[in-house]
Amino acid sequence: MPAPRVGLFATCLTDTFFPSTARAVVRLLERLGCDVHFPMDQTCCGQMHYNTGYRDEARPLAAKYAQVFAGFDAIVAPSGSCGGMVREIHPELHGTSDAFARTYELSEFIVDVLGVTDVGAYFPHRVTYHPTCHSLRMLGVGDKPLRLLRAVRGLDLAELPEAESCCGFGGTFAVKNADTSTAMLGDKMRCVLNTGAEVLCAGDNSCLMHIGGGLSRLRTGVRTVHLAEILASTEEEPWAPTP
Amino acid sequence: MGTNPVTWLGSPVFPKAARAALADTQLRRNLRKATHTIRDKRSKAVAELPDWEELRQAGEAIKDDVLSNLDTYLERIEAAVTARGGVVHWARDAREANEIVLRLAREAGTDEVVKVKSMATAEIGLNEALEAGGIRAVETDLAELIVQLGHDRPSHILVPAIHRNRAEIREIFRREMAEKPASDEPRDLAEAARRHLRRKFLSARVAVSGANFGVADTGSIVVVESEGNGRMCLTLPEVLITVMGIEKLVPSWQDLEVFLQLLPRSSTAERMNPYTSVWTGVTPGDGPQQFHLVLLDNGRTDALADQVGRQALRCIRCSACLNVCPVYERTGGQAYGSVYPGPIGAILSPQLVNDMHDKQAASLPYASSLCGACYEVCPVRINIPEVLVHLRAEAVEAKGRTPESVGMAALSWIFADARRYENAQKVGSLARHLAPSGRISSLPWPGSKWTSARDVPAPPAESFRMWWRRNRG
Ligand code: SF4
Repeated sequence: MPAPRVGLFATCLTDTFFPSTARAVVRLLERLGCDVHFPMDQTCCGQMHYNTGYRDEARPLAAKYAQVFAGFDAIVAPSGSCGGMVREIHPELHGTSDAFARTYELSEFIVDVLGVTDVGAYFPHRVTYHPTCHSLRMLGVGDKPLRLLRAVRGLDLAELPEAESCCGFGGTFAVKNADTSTAMLGDKMRCVLNTGAEVLCAGDNSCLMHIGGGLSRLRTGVRTVHLAEILASTEEEPWAPTP
Repeated sequence: MGTNPVTWLGSPVFPKAARAALADTQLRRNLRKATHTIRDKRSKAVAELPDWEELRQAGEAIKDDVLSNLDTYLERIEAAVTARGGVVHWARDAREANEIVLRLAREAGTDEVVKVKSMATAEIGLNEALEAGGIRAVETDLAELIVQLGHDRPSHILVPAIHRNRAEIREIFRREMAEKPASDEPRDLAEAARRHLRRKFLSARVAVSGANFGVADTGSIVVVESEGNGRMCLTLPEVLITVMGIEKLVPSWQDLEVFLQLLPRSSTAERMNPYTSVWTGVTPGDGPQQFHLVLLDNGRTDALADQVGRQALRCIRCSACLNVCPVYERTGGQAYGSVYPGPIGAILSPQLVNDMHDKQAASLPYASSLCGACYEVCPVRINIPEVLVHLRAEAVEAKGRTPESVGMAALSWIFADARRYENAQKVGSLARHLAPSGRISSLPWPGSKWTSARDVPAPPAESFRMWWRRNRG
């Protein structure tokens, strides 16, 4: 079987603020035998615009996505919410396109398309996992991320209480309804701290930025790490915190 | 405009009302406890049915049929009710509906009516309107009675006093009832309410109810309840007036099979609710001898005209979406400034008000993180997040040019071109020099709304695309 030609949709947030996550996706997918490309013309899926009520501003970004990612066997995004935006909402904005239908969130791609759950990773830390809302309810990734994490050597997985409760990010919700968002964040942090985990993992840097921003403000010592970085980590080349 | 009593006059916009509610420790605890309990019970009750998804789809399909053929079904129920000795009245808005009920109560020569818990009459502010006309309305549902005696506002569709705990309820009863409750044990509280209400049931000549369902074919009206107070109101008085939203119809008797499974499990997590009352017109010598059905529009036909928004009219008021909502769980219902709180309130109230220049109504579609928990549980599959986003677009349009809209347009312009975007990345990345720790703890407005409680990572020197170009380009 020839190596699948995979387009990496890094998402604007990860490209700009969390490049280590996108580098981890490249490393991980190449290790799993994919031919990974990063089309330089990509920018943003328009989710923030769309969700805040700016549909007309989001529309050209859907068109751009369809054009930039045409012709790949699969497009992989390290984000459930951007992946959901593309697969579920872009067709409504721009009409159907292969690029939309072939877009996967990372764990879906590895488990469903590549058919792998043990990616050969090594991560000797106590980790708890927060299933982000859009990966869970929009894309229906179910327990795929957990199956991947359970196969990671050295990883001590702690179950997160009230895991499926929203962390309170919600894009511009975090700013427009900052008080309510913070109240939700407070409860999420309490659950995270109760697990005794040193690392909070999720498949979305947006939610991780939110929860991590709170954990850092309170100097809890709990670090947030994207699922891709845990799965990319190996004994030969273990994960290291970005400076 | 702005006069639909579905939202309470003078309510602050949601973020402001929420801030006050979030600081109420007792409220937070009461709500957390109540919502988590019912949430867990609901998921167990629903898991018992292997065909739950099919039932939801059937519920959606039946309601969609009703909404697309509403005129036909309305004429059908009018004919059926009339043929069975009932009288049908049409009310375009709250004012008309209130006038009809007031007139009917006066004609019956009473100065007091007993009420079955009803969202429609709460929506139109009927109690206040009757009171202004010299007629007392007595709520007979326990939670509704607590709200009424507490001179309070409801905060939940099913349990309007969900924000109150036992101790608070006992205080209210002590203050307002002739016979005080013995303790704050649920049994004593219920007993006190029962004694208080019994006299009212026996003397009332007129009852006012809402309706869970109206069967178009037969003209039968259905009320579903738990306490038996409804059964008393629906059988003892001589005159029964039912106020029903025009969307409450189901085509035929058979369709109830679907909804009488969906509603109790979603609502109270029961397999079947204790009391289901059904009546058809007037039965001589049995029950009320006069029956009036007031069919209420109050903004519903406007909502019906909206292709995306109309799905809110499928709602069967089960309140499952409230119980799972992470926002509702923390702010409670009163923050929504409407008799319809929570996710359904956030999409229904603004549509009934039908004026996005009304700042309070326009703030409601933003009262959600779009987590989707509501859509997942809704027994008639209302895609609440979809409607929220749709209404946000209407709110944006109504507001016209704002700093936000200018910023959004600028961002969209930057994202339209990868070079512009990369240049913006480079400029933004300079902010890292202001934060040697790698974390930014304070930003100017509007970023301050984020940094009030959360750090932001400083952007790294090299974005991913720069790394890719350097290594792979
Ligand atoms: S929107 Fe759905 S879940 Fe919410 S009250 Fe209505 S029927 Fe129930």
